[in-house]
Amino acid sequence: MKITDYTMENELMYSGHNACPGCGGALAVRYLTRALGPNLAMAITASCWSIIAGAPPLTALKCPILHCPFPSAGAVGSGLRRGLNAKGHYDTTVVVLAGDGGTFDIGLQALSGAAQRNEDYIFICYDNEAYMNTGMQTSSATPFGARTTTRPYPLFKHGQKKDIMRIMAAHGIPYAATASLAFPQDMENKLKKAQEMKGFRFMHILSPCPPGWGTDSSDTIHLSRLAVFTNFFPLYEIINGEQWRMTYHPEKTRTPLKEYLEAQRRFRQVDEVTIEALQEEVDQDWEGLLKRVSTSNVEK
Amino acid sequence: MAYELISGCQAAALAAQRAGVDLVAAYPITPQTAIVETLASFEAQGELKGEFVSVESEYSALSYCNGAVAAGARVFTATSSHGLAYMHEMIQWCSGARFPIVMVNVNRTVGAPWVLDPDQGDSLSQRDTGWMQIYCANAQEVFDITLQAFLLSEELLLPTMVVFDGFYISHTYEPVDVPEMDQAREFIGPPQFQAQVVPGVQANLHGLSTGEAQLQLVRKRHEDMLRAPEIFADINNRFEKVFGRGYMPVEALIPEGAKTAFLAAGSTAETVRWFLPELEGCGLIQLRMFRPFPKDELGRIVEEHGLDRLIIIDRNCSTGTGGYFAQEVRAALYELTERPVIQDLLLAGGIDLTEDLLTGAAQKSPGDGLVDLQWGVELR
Repeated sequence: MKITDYTMENELMYSGHNACPGCGGALAVRYLTRALGPNLAMAITASCWSIIAGAPPLTALKCPILHCPFPSAGAVGSGLRRGLNAKGHYDTTVVVLAGDGGTFDIGLQALSGAAQRNEDYIFICYDNEAYMNTGMQTSSATPFGARTTTRPYPLFKHGQKKDIMRIMAAHGIPYAATASLAFPQDMENKLKKAQEMKGFRFMHILSPCPPGWGTDSSDTIHLSRLAVFTNFFPLYEIINGEQWRMTYHPEKTRTPLKEYLEAQRRFRQVDEVTIEALQEEVDQDWEGLLKRVSTSNVEK
Repeated sequence: MAYELISGCQAAALAAQRAGVDLVAAYPITPQTAIVETLASFEAQGELKGEFVSVESEYSALSYCNGAVAAGARVFTATSSHGLAYMHEMIQWCSGARFPIVMVNVNRTVGAPWVLDPDQGDSLSQRDTGWMQIYCANAQEVFDITLQAFLLSEELLLPTMVVFDGFYISHTYEPVDVPEMDQAREFIGPPQFQAQVVPGVQANLHGLSTGEAQLQLVRKRHEDMLRAPEIFADINNRFEKVFGRGYMPVEALIPEGAKTAFLAAGSTAETVRWFLPELEGCGLIQLRMFRPFPKDELGRIVEEHGLDRLIIIDRNCSTGTGGYFAQEVRAALYELTERPVIQDLLLAGGIDLTEDLLTGAAQKSPGDGLVDLQWGVELR
């Protein structure tokens, strides 16, 4: 893309949407609609985007949006794809947009079913790591150590964040990738690559949530970058569930996890011992990822 | 006419096939399974116009239909009992979204405990979800009404649930007149309703609304559904011209002078019909349409024949109240000046409607110190 392509005329998202200032989820959709548009049809499951999209007949997007109940996204997207095919709209890209709840938790059954059948659409998870639309309740995407309204101070979330990428890889789908708002070009490349493929494609976008995470609205990109630099949210892609490939390797930018945690009020109750334990977990996950990447038979 | 010896499940599957559905998404459950299998075998033999998709749950089956119908496709699914209960959220969403989906529900008891018998509580407990509900009494009705349901739904932009009893109808083989493919397709035609999702056309479908706006939507949906008896009658007039048979939302078979009538929906209506000669002084009112409830039509029948007693056969029970059909009939007839006595015969759980029950219920008259609710087992 040329810099001149980044103009308002090429945006599929309107200004004046209903997202909070600094919303990662809003930015994620702005990037992805620009990359995939304009011939898009989007199914949106219950999530912050049920609100962000606006009250009909107003809308935040220039493409058709089909809202759907919380657990249904994976199946609604599948039906939408085949329904559009039945009407001859083969060229329209179908996107399902779900939050972490609609992906990791209540939406997992329909997501898994659609992935297993290799349904032909792109499933986007914008992950703000809790039920943010209802006010920051714990989900299975909430990281260890985070405080939520259902694990309030002095409690915090115990248990690992569910590894959704490995779950999706285990389905052997054609394409799965992580993406960061701080690396828009990487995100765009992945989206365009996904768009050219057939079958089930999955993208996991970490989406900072200023009110939920306890951060400043101007810190969204900074936090997205820190998440990558600390190896908390590495950038990679998986082809056919077996070829793992890094798309960004933070050799020179590696940053201690502590810096990422201390930048967010949701982790404020976490003590030094826990931080060390979390650092160890991130290191282990990173080693596991490196191993999967190095043992993958990646086409050069 | 080409009579085939088929089961109720096969009749439903044939109707979906003849309707030229673009998509079937379904999940198996006893006693609906044969519908899924029959449609799958049609696809395997290249005899299904659209696609058949086996999904991972009933919830996803109906969700799948939602996505496809939003794009303008003609869709079909079928379920039963726990499957229907599991769909509940999507069932409501379909009618709110004005999706013309046709779904067959084969009645089966909802647990606990596990029971396979055809209690009607599975579909009746979905009565307030904005779906039209039509109860079939035999396999011929299953075929005909399932086919017609596509036209009814697409005309009113409301989903239709075609309902029939597990085993009594689903697994019983009956001669059914199955129209040839071309003749059926010509009758039903391609889907005429507007797609909601149209590529390139900006739309924020079913997004966040207000109570005020919702009131208008609910009102419109209610008023549109009230047109169903009339549309159903129109469809059946046309159907009768082509196929030589037709149905009404509610039909009466009342012998001269009879002041008592059994009121039944589903296979029990067929049972009563065949046993009617043995039930002196009794008639039959067969209720096909349950949503919308054909209040005016039923009132007319009661007044016309001067009926003073209705024996409602309820193979269901709304715990704490009694049979669903009895509740509805009482409410529907409340405004009549001469209201019949309502006697509610409960076959909840799905027990057989036998001779003892029919004659026992018919013998008990209001003068006998009759209670308004009779448990079928007490009459054996």
